[in-house]
Amino acid sequence: MAGMTGMLQTRRNQMIALAVLGVLLFILPFAAGALGQAWVRILNMTLLYVMLALGLNVVVGVAGLLDLGYVAFYAVGAYTWSLLASAHFDLHYPFWILLPLGAFLAALAGLLLGTPVLKLRGDYLAIVTLGFGEIVRILMNNFDKVGLPWSDESYNVTNGPRGITGIDGLNFFGFKISKGLDLFGLQITSLQLYYFVFLAFAILSIIGVSRLQHSRIGRAWQALREDEIAAKAMGINTRNVKLAAFAFGALTGGLAGGLFASMQGFVSPESFGLLESIMILAMVVLGGMGHIPGVILGAVLLSAMPEVIRYAADENMQQKIFGLVLIAPEVLRNLIFSLAMILIMLFKPAGLWPSPEKK
Amino acid sequence: MMTDMLFTAENVTKRFGGVTALDNVSMEIPRASIFGLIGPNGAGKTTFFNTLTGLYQVDEGKFTFDGKPLNVKAPHEVAEVGIARTFQNIRLFGEMSVLENVMVGRHVRTKAGAFGAIFQTPSTRREEAAITQRAHELLDYIGLSKRAGDKSRTLAYGEQRRLEIARALATDPKMIALDEPAAGMNATETIALRELIERIARDGTTVMLIEHDMRLVMKVCHHLAVLDYGRKIAGGTPSEVQRDPAVIKAYLGGAHTEVTK
Amino acid sequence: MDVLLQQIVNGLVVGSVYALVALGYTMVYGILQLINFAHGEIVMIGGLTSLFAAKGLLAMGAPPLLALLVAILAAMIACAVIGVLIERIAYRPLRNAPRLAPLITAIGVSILLQQLAILVFGRNYFSFPELISKAPIVFGHITVTLNEIVILLTSFGLMAALLWLVHNTKVGTAMRATAENQKVAGLMGIDINKIIAITFAIGSGLGAIAGVMVASNYGQAHYYMGFMLGLKAFTAAVMGGIGNLWGAMVGGLILGLVENVGLIFVRGDYKDIFAFVVLVLVLIFRPQGLIGERVAERA
Repeated sequence: MAGMTGMLQTRRNQMIALAVLGVLLFILPFAAGALGQAWVRILNMTLLYVMLALGLNVVVGVAGLLDLGYVAFYAVGAYTWSLLASAHFDLHYPFWILLPLGAFLAALAGLLLGTPVLKLRGDYLAIVTLGFGEIVRILMNNFDKVGLPWSDESYNVTNGPRGITGIDGLNFFGFKISKGLDLFGLQITSLQLYYFVFLAFAILSIIGVSRLQHSRIGRAWQALREDEIAAKAMGINTRNVKLAAFAFGALTGGLAGGLFASMQGFVSPESFGLLESIMILAMVVLGGMGHIPGVILGAVLLSAMPEVIRYAADENMQQKIFGLVLIAPEVLRNLIFSLAMILIMLFKPAGLWPSPEKK
Repeated sequence: MMTDMLFTAENVTKRFGGVTALDNVSMEIPRASIFGLIGPNGAGKTTFFNTLTGLYQVDEGKFTFDGKPLNVKAPHEVAEVGIARTFQNIRLFGEMSVLENVMVGRHVRTKAGAFGAIFQTPSTRREEAAITQRAHELLDYIGLSKRAGDKSRTLAYGEQRRLEIARALATDPKMIALDEPAAGMNATETIALRELIERIARDGTTVMLIEHDMRLVMKVCHHLAVLDYGRKIAGGTPSEVQRDPAVIKAYLGGAHTEVTK
Repeated sequence: MDVLLQQIVNGLVVGSVYALVALGYTMVYGILQLINFAHGEIVMIGGLTSLFAAKGLLAMGAPPLLALLVAILAAMIACAVIGVLIERIAYRPLRNAPRLAPLITAIGVSILLQQLAILVFGRNYFSFPELISKAPIVFGHITVTLNEIVILLTSFGLMAALLWLVHNTKVGTAMRATAENQKVAGLMGIDINKIIAITFAIGSGLGAIAGVMVASNYGQAHYYMGFMLGLKAFTAAVMGGIGNLWGAMVGGLILGLVENVGLIFVRGDYKDIFAFVVLVLVLIFRPQGLIGERVAERA
């Protein structure tokens, strides 16, 4: 009986915590909006990074496959949206085609990458995925003149380093998010509307990924990570299981990519460099590999931290404190950021919030 | 061929370069029996085992399992056929819980996919419940229920060995192959292990025991095969094997382990 | 045909620099199984340090050859010290940590070094003084510069010296023993920490010289020069078979050759892709790299 009430009590506490969190998440974009719309954009990017980190966590954290080119899948999603919903080709497909299509193509790219590298292990896999990411970026940069590499005749597919502009925003069956919303006198900006859309997708990703992780296939991923030979002896077809991990990680990345393009209205290869892949990997590792709450924490910290530091390290701020600008804000931001990465790993090698010893 | 044989090897030969690791080895394992494969270090026990489990392909000869030719191309097909194994140097999934380790063993007998997991379809939920229940039963069977939620790497040595057996049993094997399960165990743990092995055989699963601990082998096995330098030098019941001069020579000549009771 | 020969020569020059940098990656990997992501930045620091040292010396009226030698020495010392410090501070405490932890600190160190380079040297592209003549020398249909010849000869000399050191000296034997099995090497009385520090010092020293070579060959240096170079050199090391000295050298040379010979057939914009496409192809057919040992699956 006591156990029963105890359980109900924890259940009630959980509900309360969840309700508080819900209210906070609802208020957040309006509080940020009061500081300026730039802060809302940072919130939105944070939500995208949560999705990306969760997707990469499936590959690296759960299945134990070190992928250094994850951002390529994000790029596939973003470019799918950008090419098929912009002035570039004057195509304007709706989101309910483009988001699934981008996710599907990204998953396909995941399989394409996964198939040849199945036999590779550890760091060999890391460098090949890194190479794959770079190949995708270089192709985006050079596909403004697609033709046979040795001929001069060419077509402009990606508009090269200049990127694609004039990308359609999200558009729900006639309702344009980019216009914002006047809800009985409550002004909701376009970015704040994006926030709610992204929040919904992030929550869906969390639910989906955590269900997967605690399923038959999720256990197979973990077994693969822990001991490939033992996993095989248990009858796990490691080839298929690895491919599934690549595909699911990629799918999440592709979805986030489409959302990113719709909000930004502009994409260029610059957003999809190796550093971005590394950043997402750092979110997973710093947060706590394979542990969903940790990964979310890592994503929130690493995507918000640079922006907060940028604000704090602002020239005006330095002027006020020291009377002169000591260090360019951008440099100071990166300095603090890289130092934080090093220190967190030195003091918490398993991440800030690793999976608990007892489940 | 006799019908009550679960597993037979006929004239199996395996060469590595110029070395003949297995030379014309034949043996038969009756259903629900405990069969011991013994021999000094380097006798070919592990090679035999790896060939049987698909890590290497045989050069000559063949295996028959459960009335059909055993022909595995990849290690993961072995569990599907009905042969589960444990490892000499314990290979648990250390960061997964004790219960999850056993649940992984159910993988090969279940089929829920990613779609079912994400949308929690009724059939997936039923299957998941069945997996969990079976895993709990097996933990009960080996006496590790209390540790179900702990990470498996936190278990004591003997417990880890037993968990490996439970994980193998979870694949519903017809034959379970134990690779030196008593290695590193103390006397009490070994007795508990012996009881567990006997119970497994009584419950209908054939046991193949690859072991150094003579005392255990002689006590627990119904039949034995002795390998030395890749050849089978003796076979039969423990008392027959014990009296076999070739065996005594192989062991005493190699100054390895005393053959005593 | 002439074009092909010319590109082979160019490829050898670039490839020998890749090989030097790749050696730094592979030595550290061989001993610690760690991708030292910061190694590219070491090369950059070597390039920038030598550039400023050489400029300073020239301004004081030193002869070009002396300026070059002193600049190289300064770069080597600076890089060796930084390399050893990085190992001591950022990698050593994590030797028994989960495998990805030191990789993340390595990435952190890499970013940190870039930012420090901006603070110390600035963001600009600095031009490297012409210390060795870059006037074209014509051999039949091939054109080279004295600078390129010196780079090629120095690289091969250094590689030979490293091989000799590893195989014929006490330190080299200790390095190989440590790479083989740290625990056993420790039990045999080898000071593991010292050997690892020496490995970092040597790798960084070689990286410094590679930095000088790149800066002098392209006539410039800047804080971002180590990134792509490091990436390609690491690719070369993996292609050859990571952890294997010969693999790094062969991988580096092949990468340089493929890139430059490929330019005959494909537009220059795609140059950076070659490295990765070749890498993927090599690893599909030889998952352990060209010269790497096969890691057997043990049951």
